[in-house]
Amino acid sequence: MGFFVETLIGGLMAGMLYSLVALGFVLIFKASGVFNFAQGAMVLFAALAMARFAVWIPGWLGIDNALLGNILAFLAAGGLMFAVAWVIERLVLRHLVNQEGATLLMATLGIAYILEGLGTSIFGSDIYKIDIGMPKDPVMILEGTFEGGLLINKEDFVAALIAAVLVGLLTLFFQKTSTGRALRAVADDHQAAQSIGIPLNRIWVIVWCVAGVVALVAGVIWGSKLGVQFSLATVALRALPVVILGGLTSVPGAILGGLIIGVGEKLSEVYLGPHIGGGIEIWFSYQLALVFLLFRPQGLFGEKIIDRV
Amino acid sequence: MSREIGEVILDLKNVSLAFGGVKALTDISFDVREHEIRAIIGPNGAGKSSMLNVINGVYRPQQGEIVLRGRRFARMNPYKAAQAGISRTFQNIALFKGMSVIDNIMTGRNLKIRTNLLLQALWWGPARREELAHRAKVEEVIDFLEIQHIRKTPVGRLPYGLQKRVDLGRALAMEPSILLLDEPMAGMNVEEKQDMCRFILDVNDQFGTTIVLIEHDMGVVMDISDRVVVLDYGKKIGDGDPDAVRSNPEVVSAYLGAGH
Ligand SMILES: Nc1ncnc2c1ncn2[C@@H]1O[C@H](COP(=O)(O)OP(=O)(O)O)[C@@H](O)[C@H]1O
Ligand SMILES: [Mg+2]
Repeated sequence: MGFFVETLIGGLMAGMLYSLVALGFVLIFKASGVFNFAQGAMVLFAALAMARFAVWIPGWLGIDNALLGNILAFLAAGGLMFAVAWVIERLVLRHLVNQEGATLLMATLGIAYILEGLGTSIFGSDIYKIDIGMPKDPVMILEGTFEGGLLINKEDFVAALIAAVLVGLLTLFFQKTSTGRALRAVADDHQAAQSIGIPLNRIWVIVWCVAGVVALVAGVIWGSKLGVQFSLATVALRALPVVILGGLTSVPGAILGGLIIGVGEKLSEVYLGPHIGGGIEIWFSYQLALVFLLFRPQGLFGEKIIDRV
Repeated sequence: MSREIGEVILDLKNVSLAFGGVKALTDISFDVREHEIRAIIGPNGAGKSSMLNVINGVYRPQQGEIVLRGRRFARMNPYKAAQAGISRTFQNIALFKGMSVIDNIMTGRNLKIRTNLLLQALWWGPARREELAHRAKVEEVIDFLEIQHIRKTPVGRLPYGLQKRVDLGRALAMEPSILLLDEPMAGMNVEEKQDMCRFILDVNDQFGTTIVLIEHDMGVVMDISDRVVVLDYGKKIGDGDPDAVRSNPEVVSAYLGAGH
Protein backbone atom coordinates (compact mmCIF):
# COMPACT_ATOMS: atom_id res chain seq x y z
CA MET A 1 0.00 0.00 0.00
CA GLY A 2 2.72 2.43 1.01
CA PHE A 3 4.55 1.77 -2.23
CA PHE A 4 1.43 2.33 -4.31
CA VAL A 5 0.71 5.66 -2.62
CA GLU A 6 4.33 6.66 -3.06
CA THR A 7 4.12 5.97 -6.79
CA LEU A 8 0.83 7.78 -6.97
CA ILE A 9 2.25 10.89 -5.33
CA GLY A 10 5.29 10.75 -7.58
CA GLY A 11 2.95 10.60 -10.57
CA LEU A 12 0.83 13.51 -9.38
CA MET A 13 3.94 15.63 -8.88
CA ALA A 14 5.28 14.82 -12.33
CA GLY A 15 1.81 15.35 -13.78
CA MET A 16 1.56 18.87 -12.41
CA LEU A 17 4.27 19.96 -14.84
CA TYR A 18 2.44 18.38 -17.75
CA SER A 19 -0.62 20.29 -16.62
CA LEU A 20 1.33 23.52 -16.70
CA VAL A 21 2.70 22.97 -20.20
CA ALA A 22 -0.69 21.76 -21.41
CA LEU A 23 -2.24 24.95 -20.07
CA GLY A 24 0.02 27.06 -22.29
CA PHE A 25 -1.04 24.88 -25.17
CA VAL A 26 -4.77 25.14 -24.45
CA LEU A 27 -4.60 28.92 -24.10
CA ILE A 28 -3.11 29.30 -27.55
CA PHE A 29 -5.62 26.88 -29.02
CA LYS A 30 -8.57 28.63 -27.42
CA ALA A 31 -7.49 32.10 -28.42
CA SER A 32 -6.40 31.42 -31.97
CA GLY A 33 -7.35 27.88 -32.97
CA VAL A 34 -3.66 27.08 -33.43
CA PHE A 35 -2.48 23.62 -32.45
CA ASN A 36 0.93 24.68 -31.21
CA PHE A 37 3.51 22.09 -32.10
CA ALA A 38 6.23 24.54 -31.12
CA GLN A 39 5.47 24.23 -27.40
CA GLY A 40 8.24 21.64 -26.96
CA ALA A 41 10.75 23.74 -28.86
CA MET A 42 9.79 26.73 -26.74
CA VAL A 43 10.59 24.77 -23.57
CA LEU A 44 13.97 23.81 -24.98
CA PHE A 45 14.70 27.34 -26.18
CA ALA A 46 13.75 28.87 -22.83
CA ALA A 47 15.81 26.34 -20.90
CA LEU A 48 18.83 26.97 -23.13
CA ALA A 49 18.47 30.70 -22.61
CA MET A 50 18.20 30.29 -18.86
CA ALA A 51 21.21 27.96 -18.68
CA ARG A 52 23.45 30.24 -20.74
CA PHE A 53 22.28 33.55 -19.30
CA ALA A 54 22.96 32.19 -15.82
CA VAL A 55 26.60 31.88 -16.87
CA TRP A 56 26.91 34.88 -19.18
CA ILE A 57 25.15 37.58 -17.19
CA PRO A 58 27.18 37.16 -13.97
CA GLY A 59 30.27 37.17 -16.22
CA TRP A 60 29.30 40.41 -17.95
CA LEU A 61 28.29 42.19 -14.77
CA GLY A 62 30.90 40.68 -12.51
CA ILE A 63 28.36 39.25 -10.06
CA ASP A 64 29.24 36.23 -8.01
CA ASN A 65 26.04 35.83 -6.05
CA ALA A 66 24.39 32.70 -7.49
CA LEU A 67 20.86 33.70 -6.51
CA LEU A 68 21.12 37.15 -8.08
CA GLY A 69 22.67 35.62 -11.19
CA ASN A 70 19.78 33.16 -11.48
CA ILE A 71 17.16 35.86 -10.99
CA LEU A 72 18.70 38.07 -13.67
CA ALA A 73 19.03 35.10 -16.02
CA PHE A 74 15.39 34.19 -15.43
CA LEU A 75 14.24 37.74 -16.17
CA ALA A 76 16.38 37.93 -19.29
CA ALA A 77 15.09 34.58 -20.53
CA GLY A 78 11.53 35.74 -19.79
CA GLY A 79 12.14 38.91 -21.79
CA LEU A 80 13.50 36.81 -24.63
CA MET A 81 10.36 34.61 -24.60
CA PHE A 82 8.20 37.76 -24.78
CA ALA A 83 10.21 38.91 -27.77
CA VAL A 84 9.73 35.51 -29.38
CA ALA A 85 5.96 35.76 -28.82
CA TRP A 86 5.87 39.20 -30.37
CA VAL A 87 7.89 38.13 -33.41
CA ILE A 88 5.75 35.03 -33.94
CA GLU A 89 2.58 37.13 -33.94
CA ARG A 90 4.09 39.75 -36.26
CA LEU A 91 5.77 37.51 -38.77
CA VAL A 92 3.59 34.42 -38.76
CA LEU A 93 0.16 34.48 -37.14
CA ARG A 94 -0.92 37.87 -38.39
CA HIS A 95 -0.51 36.70 -41.96
CA LEU A 96 -2.30 33.43 -41.49
CA VAL A 97 -5.59 34.56 -39.93
CA ASN A 98 -8.55 32.57 -41.14
CA GLN A 99 -6.38 29.91 -42.74
CA GLU A 100 -7.09 26.20 -42.42
CA GLY A 101 -6.09 24.43 -39.22
CA ALA A 102 -3.58 22.34 -41.19
CA THR A 103 -1.81 25.46 -42.49
CA LEU A 104 -1.49 26.87 -39.00
CA LEU A 105 -0.22 23.55 -37.71
CA MET A 106 2.48 23.48 -40.39
CA ALA A 107 3.39 27.03 -39.45
CA THR A 108 3.95 26.00 -35.83
CA LEU A 109 6.08 23.08 -37.01
CA GLY A 110 8.13 25.65 -38.88
CA ILE A 111 8.36 27.79 -35.77
CA ALA A 112 9.54 24.72 -33.83
CA TYR A 113 12.38 24.06 -36.28
CA ILE A 114 13.43 27.70 -36.32
CA LEU A 115 13.44 27.90 -32.53
CA GLU A 116 15.48 24.71 -32.22
CA GLY A 117 17.94 25.92 -34.85
CA LEU A 118 18.17 29.39 -33.41
CA GLY A 119 18.53 27.99 -29.89
CA THR A 120 21.49 25.82 -30.75
CA SER A 121 23.21 28.46 -32.86
CA ILE A 122 22.93 31.18 -30.21
CA PHE A 123 23.39 29.08 -27.12
CA GLY A 124 25.39 26.11 -28.42
CA SER A 125 24.49 22.45 -28.51
CA ASP A 126 26.28 21.07 -25.45
CA ILE A 127 24.42 19.68 -22.51
CA TYR A 128 24.09 22.45 -19.94
CA LYS A 129 23.19 22.45 -16.31
CA ILE A 130 20.69 24.71 -14.62
CA ASP A 131 21.44 25.03 -10.93
CA ILE A 132 18.75 26.92 -9.09
CA GLY A 133 19.48 25.18 -5.83
CA MET A 134 16.69 22.60 -5.98
CA PRO A 135 16.85 20.21 -3.01
CA LYS A 136 18.06 16.89 -4.31
CA ASP A 137 17.60 14.57 -1.32
CA PRO A 138 14.41 12.61 -0.72
CA VAL A 139 12.48 12.81 2.54
CA MET A 140 10.43 10.30 4.46
CA ILE A 141 6.90 11.33 5.40
CA LEU A 142 3.87 9.80 7.13
CA GLU A 143 5.96 7.19 8.88
CA GLY A 144 3.10 6.70 11.35
CA THR A 145 0.46 5.96 8.73
CA PHE A 146 2.36 3.74 6.34
CA GLU A 147 4.76 1.01 7.27
CA GLY A 148 8.21 2.30 6.53
CA GLY A 149 6.83 5.73 5.59
CA LEU A 150 6.59 7.32 2.13
CA LEU A 151 9.69 8.33 0.27
CA ILE A 152 9.07 11.68 -1.39
CA ASN A 153 11.44 13.34 -3.79
CA LYS A 154 11.88 16.90 -2.52
CA GLU A 155 12.86 18.26 -5.91
CA ASP A 156 9.69 16.91 -7.51
CA PHE A 157 7.68 18.30 -4.65
CA VAL A 158 9.07 21.81 -5.05
CA ALA A 159 8.61 21.59 -8.82
CA ALA A 160 5.00 20.49 -8.48
CA LEU A 161 4.35 23.26 -5.99
CA ILE A 162 5.75 25.91 -8.33
CA ALA A 163 3.73 24.53 -11.24
CA ALA A 164 0.55 24.41 -9.13
CA VAL A 165 1.02 27.99 -7.95
CA LEU A 166 1.58 29.20 -11.51
CA VAL A 167 -1.47 27.33 -12.78
CA GLY A 168 -3.51 28.86 -9.95
CA LEU A 169 -2.27 32.39 -10.67
CA LEU A 170 -2.96 32.08 -14.38
CA THR A 171 -6.47 30.81 -13.70
CA LEU A 172 -7.11 33.75 -11.38
CA PHE A 173 -5.74 36.15 -13.96
CA PHE A 174 -8.12 34.86 -16.61
CA GLN A 175 -11.11 34.90 -14.29
CA LYS A 176 -10.58 38.23 -12.57
CA THR A 177 -8.94 40.74 -14.88
CA SER A 178 -10.31 42.56 -17.88
CA THR A 179 -7.58 41.14 -20.09
CA GLY A 180 -8.54 37.68 -18.92
CA ARG A 181 -12.14 38.38 -19.81
CA ALA A 182 -11.11 39.66 -23.22
CA LEU A 183 -9.18 36.47 -23.77
CA ARG A 184 -12.15 34.30 -22.88
CA ALA A 185 -14.26 36.42 -25.19
CA VAL A 186 -11.88 35.87 -28.08
CA ALA A 187 -11.86 32.14 -27.33
CA ASP A 188 -15.67 32.06 -27.57
CA ASP A 189 -16.28 34.18 -30.66
CA HIS A 190 -13.61 36.00 -32.66
CA GLN A 191 -15.99 38.13 -34.62
CA ALA A 192 -18.08 39.33 -31.71
CA ALA A 193 -14.90 40.02 -29.74
CA GLN A 194 -13.52 42.21 -32.50
CA SER A 195 -16.81 44.02 -32.88
CA ILE A 196 -16.70 45.17 -29.28
CA GLY A 197 -13.18 46.43 -29.74
CA ILE A 198 -11.00 43.60 -28.52
CA PRO A 199 -7.85 43.58 -30.67
CA LEU A 200 -7.14 39.98 -31.68
CA ASN A 201 -3.46 40.68 -32.35
CA ARG A 202 -2.86 41.88 -28.84
CA ILE A 203 -4.63 38.89 -27.34
CA TRP A 204 -2.50 36.55 -29.46
CA VAL A 205 0.70 38.20 -28.29
CA ILE A 206 -0.51 37.83 -24.72
CA VAL A 207 -1.31 34.12 -24.99
CA TRP A 208 2.02 33.42 -26.67
CA CYS A 209 3.75 35.37 -23.90
CA VAL A 210 1.94 33.27 -21.32
CA ALA A 211 2.94 30.12 -23.22
CA GLY A 212 6.50 31.50 -23.20
CA VAL A 213 6.48 31.96 -19.43
CA VAL A 214 5.01 28.50 -18.98
CA ALA A 215 7.73 27.09 -21.25
CA LEU A 216 10.40 28.93 -19.28
CA VAL A 217 9.22 27.66 -15.90
CA ALA A 218 8.85 24.10 -17.20
CA GLY A 219 12.20 24.38 -18.97
CA VAL A 220 13.96 25.54 -15.83
CA ILE A 221 12.42 22.80 -13.71
CA TRP A 222 13.05 19.97 -16.17
CA GLY A 223 16.41 21.42 -17.11
CA SER A 224 17.50 21.47 -13.49
CA LYS A 225 16.45 17.87 -13.08
CA LEU A 226 17.50 16.32 -16.40
CA GLY A 227 20.05 18.77 -17.76
CA VAL A 228 19.38 21.07 -20.69
CA GLN A 229 19.55 19.01 -23.83
CA PHE A 230 17.67 18.38 -27.01
CA SER A 231 15.41 15.75 -25.47
CA LEU A 232 13.73 18.43 -23.32
CA ALA A 233 11.65 19.28 -26.35
CA THR A 234 10.30 15.73 -26.47
CA VAL A 235 9.56 15.66 -22.76
CA ALA A 236 7.50 18.80 -23.22
CA LEU A 237 5.73 17.32 -26.22
CA ARG A 238 4.31 14.70 -23.88
CA ALA A 239 1.94 17.47 -22.90
CA LEU A 240 0.28 17.14 -26.31
CA PRO A 241 -1.47 13.88 -25.44
CA VAL A 242 -2.48 15.53 -22.18
CA VAL A 243 -4.35 18.10 -24.18
CA ILE A 244 -6.12 15.48 -26.26
CA LEU A 245 -7.08 13.70 -23.08
CA GLY A 246 -8.39 16.84 -21.39
CA GLY A 247 -10.09 18.34 -24.42
CA LEU A 248 -8.37 20.97 -26.53
CA THR A 249 -10.38 23.88 -25.22
CA SER A 250 -10.65 23.05 -21.56
CA VAL A 251 -8.43 24.57 -18.87
CA PRO A 252 -9.64 22.19 -16.12
CA GLY A 253 -9.21 19.40 -18.67
CA ALA A 254 -5.57 20.35 -19.22
CA ILE A 255 -4.91 20.33 -15.49
CA LEU A 256 -6.68 17.05 -14.82
CA GLY A 257 -5.27 15.47 -17.98
CA GLY A 258 -1.74 16.31 -16.85
CA LEU A 259 -2.29 14.67 -13.50
CA ILE A 260 -3.86 11.55 -15.06
CA ILE A 261 -0.96 11.14 -17.45
CA GLY A 262 1.61 11.76 -14.75
CA VAL A 263 0.03 9.09 -12.54
CA GLY A 264 -0.57 6.71 -15.45
CA GLU A 265 3.05 6.90 -16.54
CA LYS A 266 4.44 6.14 -13.11
CA LEU A 267 1.98 3.39 -12.24
CA SER A 268 2.38 1.62 -15.56
CA GLU A 269 6.16 1.92 -15.38
CA VAL A 270 6.18 0.34 -11.95
CA TYR A 271 3.46 -2.28 -12.33
CA LEU A 272 3.52 -3.11 -16.04
CA GLY A 273 7.16 -2.35 -16.70
CA PRO A 274 8.52 -5.63 -15.28
CA HIS A 275 6.16 -7.62 -17.53
CA ILE A 276 6.41 -5.85 -20.85
CA GLY A 277 9.75 -4.15 -20.59
CA GLY A 278 10.74 -0.72 -19.30
CA GLY A 279 10.54 2.68 -20.93
CA ILE A 280 6.76 2.77 -20.79
CA GLU A 281 6.90 6.39 -19.63
CA ILE A 282 8.01 7.43 -23.08
CA TRP A 283 4.99 6.16 -24.96
CA PHE A 284 2.31 5.73 -22.30
CA SER A 285 0.73 9.16 -22.75
CA TYR A 286 0.52 8.71 -26.51
CA GLN A 287 -1.23 5.34 -26.09
CA LEU A 288 -3.75 6.80 -23.70
CA ALA A 289 -4.40 9.70 -26.06
CA LEU A 290 -4.90 7.24 -28.91
CA VAL A 291 -7.52 5.37 -26.93
CA PHE A 292 -9.29 8.65 -26.23
CA LEU A 293 -9.15 9.66 -29.87
CA LEU A 294 -10.92 6.42 -30.73
CA PHE A 295 -13.63 6.54 -28.10
CA ARG A 296 -13.98 10.10 -26.94
CA PRO A 297 -12.33 12.45 -29.43
CA GLN A 298 -13.51 15.58 -27.66
CA GLY A 299 -11.52 14.56 -24.56
CA LEU A 300 -12.75 14.61 -20.98
CA PHE A 301 -14.01 18.18 -20.96
CA GLY A 302 -13.84 19.40 -24.53
CA GLU A 303 -16.91 20.47 -26.42
CA LYS A 304 -18.49 17.74 -28.46
CA ILE A 305 -17.16 17.83 -31.99
CA ILE A 306 -20.06 17.75 -34.40
CA ASP A 307 -19.21 17.77 -38.05
CA ARG A 308 -21.87 19.44 -40.09
CA VAL A 309 -22.41 17.76 -43.42
CA MET B 1 -39.75 63.73 -28.60
CA SER B 2 -36.96 65.53 -26.82
CA ARG B 3 -34.19 64.55 -29.22
CA GLU B 4 -33.36 66.67 -32.25
CA ILE B 5 -32.36 64.89 -35.40
CA GLY B 6 -29.03 66.31 -36.50
CA GLU B 7 -26.58 66.29 -39.38
CA VAL B 8 -25.58 63.27 -41.44
CA ILE B 9 -23.21 61.25 -39.24
CA LEU B 10 -22.83 58.15 -41.38
CA ASP B 11 -22.87 58.20 -45.16
CA LEU B 12 -22.68 55.12 -47.37
CA LYS B 13 -21.63 55.77 -50.92
CA ASN B 14 -22.14 53.37 -53.84
CA VAL B 15 -21.46 50.24 -51.84
CA SER B 16 -21.28 47.00 -53.80
CA LEU B 17 -20.51 43.63 -52.25
CA ALA B 18 -20.39 40.20 -53.87
CA PHE B 19 -19.62 36.71 -52.59
CA GLY B 20 -18.24 34.93 -55.61
CA GLY B 21 -21.09 35.20 -58.09
CA VAL B 22 -23.70 36.25 -55.53
CA LYS B 23 -24.29 39.97 -55.56
CA ALA B 24 -25.31 40.71 -51.99
CA LEU B 25 -25.32 44.50 -52.44
CA THR B 26 -25.38 46.51 -55.65
CA ASP B 27 -24.46 50.18 -55.65
CA ILE B 28 -26.21 51.09 -52.40
CA SER B 29 -26.12 54.66 -51.10
CA PHE B 30 -27.92 56.06 -48.11
CA ASP B 31 -27.18 58.20 -45.11
CA VAL B 32 -27.91 58.17 -41.40
CA ARG B 33 -28.50 61.33 -39.39
CA GLU B 34 -27.39 61.89 -35.84
CA HIS B 35 -29.93 60.78 -33.20
CA GLU B 36 -32.32 59.19 -35.68
CA ILE B 37 -33.69 55.66 -35.82
CA ARG B 38 -33.01 54.40 -39.31
CA ALA B 39 -34.55 51.10 -40.35
CA ILE B 40 -33.41 48.73 -43.08
CA ILE B 41 -36.13 46.41 -44.32
CA GLY B 42 -36.52 43.91 -47.12
CA PRO B 43 -37.32 40.24 -47.79
CA ASN B 44 -35.00 37.44 -46.66
CA GLY B 45 -31.70 37.47 -48.50
CA ALA B 46 -32.16 41.08 -49.58
CA GLY B 47 -28.74 42.03 -48.19
CA LYS B 48 -29.74 43.73 -44.93
CA SER B 49 -27.30 41.89 -42.69
CA SER B 50 -24.60 42.31 -45.31
CA MET B 51 -25.22 46.05 -45.15
CA LEU B 52 -24.69 46.16 -41.38
CA ASN B 53 -21.62 43.97 -41.76
CA VAL B 54 -20.20 46.44 -44.24
CA ILE B 55 -20.85 49.35 -41.89
CA ASN B 56 -18.83 47.86 -39.05
CA GLY B 57 -16.22 46.29 -41.30
CA VAL B 58 -17.01 42.61 -40.88
CA TYR B 59 -17.37 42.52 -44.67
CA ARG B 60 -15.21 44.55 -47.06
CA PRO B 61 -17.20 45.82 -50.04
CA GLN B 62 -15.56 45.58 -53.46
CA GLN B 63 -16.73 49.09 -54.21
CA GLY B 64 -17.88 52.15 -52.36
CA GLU B 65 -16.89 53.93 -49.21
CA ILE B 66 -18.10 54.75 -45.77
CA VAL B 67 -17.96 58.30 -44.49
CA LEU B 68 -18.22 58.48 -40.73
CA ARG B 69 -18.38 61.99 -39.23
CA GLY B 70 -16.63 63.32 -42.32
CA ARG B 71 -13.87 60.70 -42.19
CA ARG B 72 -13.66 58.40 -45.21
CA PHE B 73 -13.08 54.71 -44.72
CA ALA B 74 -12.35 52.69 -47.84
CA ARG B 75 -11.52 49.73 -45.62
CA MET B 76 -13.35 49.56 -42.32
CA ASN B 77 -12.64 46.81 -39.81
CA PRO B 78 -14.61 45.83 -36.72
CA TYR B 79 -11.96 47.09 -34.34
CA LYS B 80 -11.73 50.49 -36.00
CA ALA B 81 -15.51 50.71 -36.09
CA ALA B 82 -15.70 49.98 -32.37
CA GLN B 83 -13.11 52.65 -31.67
CA ALA B 84 -15.14 55.10 -33.73
CA GLY B 85 -18.15 54.51 -31.50
CA ILE B 86 -20.09 51.93 -33.50
CA SER B 87 -21.43 48.96 -31.60
CA ARG B 88 -23.76 46.23 -32.75
CA THR B 89 -25.79 43.13 -32.09
CA PHE B 90 -25.87 40.08 -34.33
CA GLN B 91 -28.73 38.32 -36.08
CA ASN B 92 -27.51 34.98 -34.75
CA ILE B 93 -26.74 36.03 -31.22
CA ALA B 94 -22.98 36.07 -30.80
CA LEU B 95 -22.64 36.18 -27.03
CA PHE B 96 -19.73 34.59 -25.22
CA LYS B 97 -21.52 31.37 -24.28
CA GLY B 98 -19.28 30.25 -21.47
CA MET B 99 -19.46 33.54 -19.58
CA SER B 100 -22.03 34.97 -17.21
CA VAL B 101 -24.37 37.81 -18.16
CA ILE B 102 -22.36 40.32 -16.18
CA ASP B 103 -19.04 39.18 -17.68
CA ASN B 104 -20.49 39.35 -21.18
CA ILE B 105 -21.60 42.90 -20.62
CA MET B 106 -18.27 43.75 -18.95
CA THR B 107 -16.46 42.80 -22.16
CA GLY B 108 -18.27 45.74 -23.76
CA ARG B 109 -16.13 48.03 -21.55
CA ASN B 110 -12.91 46.71 -23.06
CA LEU B 111 -12.05 49.79 -25.11
CA LYS B 112 -12.52 52.05 -22.11
CA ILE B 113 -10.02 50.22 -19.95
CA ARG B 114 -6.93 52.28 -19.26
CA THR B 115 -4.84 50.37 -16.73
CA ASN B 116 -2.24 48.17 -18.32
CA LEU B 117 -1.78 44.45 -18.22
CA LEU B 118 0.88 44.57 -15.53
CA LEU B 119 -1.29 46.53 -13.10
CA GLN B 120 -4.17 44.16 -13.80
CA ALA B 121 -2.01 41.11 -13.26
CA LEU B 122 -0.82 42.44 -9.92
CA TRP B 123 -4.41 43.37 -9.02
CA TRP B 124 -2.93 46.76 -8.16
CA GLY B 125 -4.99 49.63 -6.70
CA PRO B 126 -5.66 51.59 -9.90
CA ALA B 127 -6.62 48.45 -11.82
CA ARG B 128 -8.96 47.36 -9.05
CA ARG B 129 -10.58 50.77 -8.80
CA GLU B 130 -11.06 50.89 -12.54
CA GLU B 131 -12.62 47.44 -12.52
CA LEU B 132 -15.10 48.63 -9.90
CA ALA B 133 -15.96 51.76 -11.86
CA HIS B 134 -16.68 49.70 -14.98
CA ARG B 135 -18.70 47.26 -12.96
CA ALA B 136 -20.85 50.14 -11.69
CA LYS B 137 -21.44 51.23 -15.27
CA VAL B 138 -22.39 47.69 -16.22
CA GLU B 139 -24.84 47.54 -13.33
CA GLU B 140 -26.52 50.62 -14.79
CA VAL B 141 -26.94 48.83 -18.10
CA ILE B 142 -28.31 45.79 -16.27
CA ASP B 143 -30.83 47.94 -14.42
CA PHE B 144 -31.79 49.73 -17.60
CA LEU B 145 -32.54 46.42 -19.35
CA GLU B 146 -34.25 44.97 -16.28
CA ILE B 147 -32.12 41.85 -16.13
CA GLN B 148 -30.92 42.05 -12.52
CA HIS B 149 -32.32 38.60 -11.78
CA ILE B 150 -30.02 36.86 -14.30
CA ARG B 151 -26.81 38.79 -13.66
CA LYS B 152 -24.77 35.73 -12.71
CA THR B 153 -26.34 33.22 -15.09
CA PRO B 154 -24.17 31.77 -17.88
CA VAL B 155 -25.72 33.18 -21.06
CA GLY B 156 -25.87 29.77 -22.73
CA ARG B 157 -28.63 28.78 -20.29
CA LEU B 158 -30.89 31.76 -20.97
CA PRO B 159 -33.95 31.63 -23.18
CA TYR B 160 -33.59 33.24 -26.59
CA GLY B 161 -35.43 36.46 -25.79
CA LEU B 162 -33.21 37.19 -22.79
CA GLN B 163 -30.07 36.39 -24.77
CA LYS B 164 -31.10 39.05 -27.26
CA ARG B 165 -31.44 41.48 -24.40
CA VAL B 166 -27.97 40.63 -23.06
CA ASP B 167 -26.59 41.07 -26.56
CA LEU B 168 -28.05 44.57 -26.54
CA GLY B 169 -26.59 45.13 -23.08
CA ARG B 170 -23.09 44.28 -24.23
CA ALA B 171 -23.46 46.74 -27.12
CA LEU B 172 -24.79 49.44 -24.78
CA ALA B 173 -21.91 48.97 -22.34
CA MET B 174 -19.68 50.40 -25.06
CA GLU B 175 -21.61 53.67 -24.79
CA PRO B 176 -21.82 53.82 -28.57
CA SER B 177 -22.77 56.84 -30.59
CA ILE B 178 -24.14 54.56 -33.32
CA LEU B 179 -25.86 51.30 -32.53
CA LEU B 180 -26.47 48.67 -35.22
CA LEU B 181 -29.22 46.16 -34.41
CA ASP B 182 -29.73 43.11 -36.62
CA GLU B 183 -33.26 41.83 -36.09
CA PRO B 184 -33.36 42.50 -32.35
CA MET B 185 -36.92 41.21 -32.08
CA ALA B 186 -36.80 38.13 -34.28
CA GLY B 187 -38.21 35.06 -32.59
CA MET B 188 -39.76 37.01 -29.72
CA ASN B 189 -43.33 36.90 -28.47
CA VAL B 190 -45.48 40.03 -28.42
CA GLU B 191 -44.62 40.99 -24.88
CA GLU B 192 -40.88 40.57 -25.42
CA LYS B 193 -41.14 42.63 -28.57
CA GLN B 194 -42.86 45.43 -26.69
CA ASP B 195 -40.10 45.42 -24.09
CA MET B 196 -37.42 45.50 -26.75
CA CYS B 197 -39.16 48.37 -28.56
CA ARG B 198 -39.29 50.31 -25.35
CA PHE B 199 -35.56 49.75 -24.70
CA ILE B 200 -34.65 50.86 -28.21
CA LEU B 201 -36.73 54.01 -27.95
CA ASP B 202 -35.35 54.75 -24.48
CA VAL B 203 -31.74 54.33 -25.63
CA ASN B 204 -32.40 56.67 -28.49
CA ASP B 205 -34.22 59.15 -26.33
CA GLN B 206 -32.15 59.15 -23.16
CA PHE B 207 -28.65 58.77 -24.59
CA GLY B 208 -29.25 60.28 -28.03
CA THR B 209 -27.80 57.17 -29.62
CA THR B 210 -28.18 56.93 -33.39
CA ILE B 211 -29.75 53.59 -34.27
CA VAL B 212 -29.64 51.56 -37.47
CA LEU B 213 -32.13 48.76 -37.18
CA ILE B 214 -33.03 45.74 -39.27
CA GLU B 215 -36.51 44.45 -38.55
CA HIS B 216 -39.06 42.19 -40.19
CA ASP B 217 -42.12 43.23 -38.26
CA MET B 218 -43.54 46.05 -40.39
CA GLY B 219 -45.76 47.33 -37.63
CA VAL B 220 -42.77 47.81 -35.36
CA VAL B 221 -40.70 49.41 -38.09
CA MET B 222 -43.36 51.92 -39.02
CA ASP B 223 -43.92 52.75 -35.36
CA ILE B 224 -40.42 53.44 -34.18
CA SER B 225 -38.28 54.51 -37.12
CA ASP B 226 -37.71 57.98 -38.47
CA ARG B 227 -36.64 56.87 -41.93
CA VAL B 228 -36.59 53.55 -43.74
CA VAL B 229 -34.35 52.05 -46.45
CA VAL B 230 -35.84 49.18 -48.43
CA LEU B 231 -33.59 46.58 -50.04
CA ASP B 232 -34.57 43.83 -52.45
CA TYR B 233 -32.12 41.43 -54.12
CA GLY B 234 -29.26 43.66 -53.04
CA LYS B 235 -30.70 46.79 -54.62
CA LYS B 236 -32.21 49.80 -52.93
CA ILE B 237 -35.85 50.13 -53.97
CA GLY B 238 -37.09 52.67 -51.48
CA ASP B 239 -35.88 55.28 -49.02
CA GLY B 240 -37.82 57.79 -46.97
CA ASP B 241 -40.12 58.25 -44.02
CA PRO B 242 -42.38 55.33 -43.10
CA ASP B 243 -45.48 56.71 -44.83
CA ALA B 244 -43.67 57.40 -48.07
CA VAL B 245 -42.17 53.92 -48.07
CA ARG B 246 -45.48 52.27 -47.30
CA SER B 247 -47.12 53.87 -50.30
CA ASN B 248 -44.21 53.16 -52.66
CA PRO B 249 -45.58 50.69 -55.26
CA GLU B 250 -42.22 49.01 -55.84
CA VAL B 251 -41.91 48.28 -52.13
CA VAL B 252 -45.43 46.93 -51.94
CA SER B 253 -44.86 44.57 -54.85
CA ALA B 254 -41.49 43.37 -53.49
CA TYR B 255 -43.18 42.44 -50.26
CA LEU B 256 -46.16 40.85 -51.94
CA GLY B 257 -43.90 39.06 -54.42
CA ALA B 258 -41.80 37.60 -51.62
CA GLY B 259 -44.93 36.36 -49.92
CA HIS B 260 -44.88 38.76 -46.98
N1 LIG C 1 -20.59 35.27 -45.66
C1 LIG C 1 -21.30 35.05 -46.79
N2 LIG C 1 -20.84 34.20 -47.73
C2 LIG C 1 -21.55 33.97 -48.86
N3 LIG C 1 -22.72 34.54 -49.14
C3 LIG C 1 -23.25 35.39 -48.24
C4 LIG C 1 -22.57 35.68 -47.01
N4 LIG C 1 -23.32 36.56 -46.30
C5 LIG C 1 -24.41 36.80 -47.06
N5 LIG C 1 -24.37 36.10 -48.21
C6 LIG C 1 -25.37 36.13 -49.28
O1 LIG C 1 -25.72 37.47 -49.53
C7 LIG C 1 -27.10 37.60 -49.73
C8 LIG C 1 -27.69 38.57 -48.72
O2 LIG C 1 -27.64 37.98 -47.43
P1 LIG C 1 -27.99 38.77 -46.10
O3 LIG C 1 -27.26 40.04 -46.10
O4 LIG C 1 -27.75 37.84 -44.97
O5 LIG C 1 -29.55 39.02 -46.28
P2 LIG C 1 -30.65 39.46 -45.22
O6 LIG C 1 -30.00 39.81 -43.96
O7 LIG C 1 -31.35 40.59 -45.88
O8 LIG C 1 -31.57 38.28 -45.07
C9 LIG C 1 -27.70 36.20 -49.63
O9 LIG C 1 -27.82 35.68 -50.93
C10 LIG C 1 -26.66 35.46 -48.87
O10 LIG C 1 -26.67 34.09 -49.21
MG1 LIG D 1 -30.16 39.03 -42.06
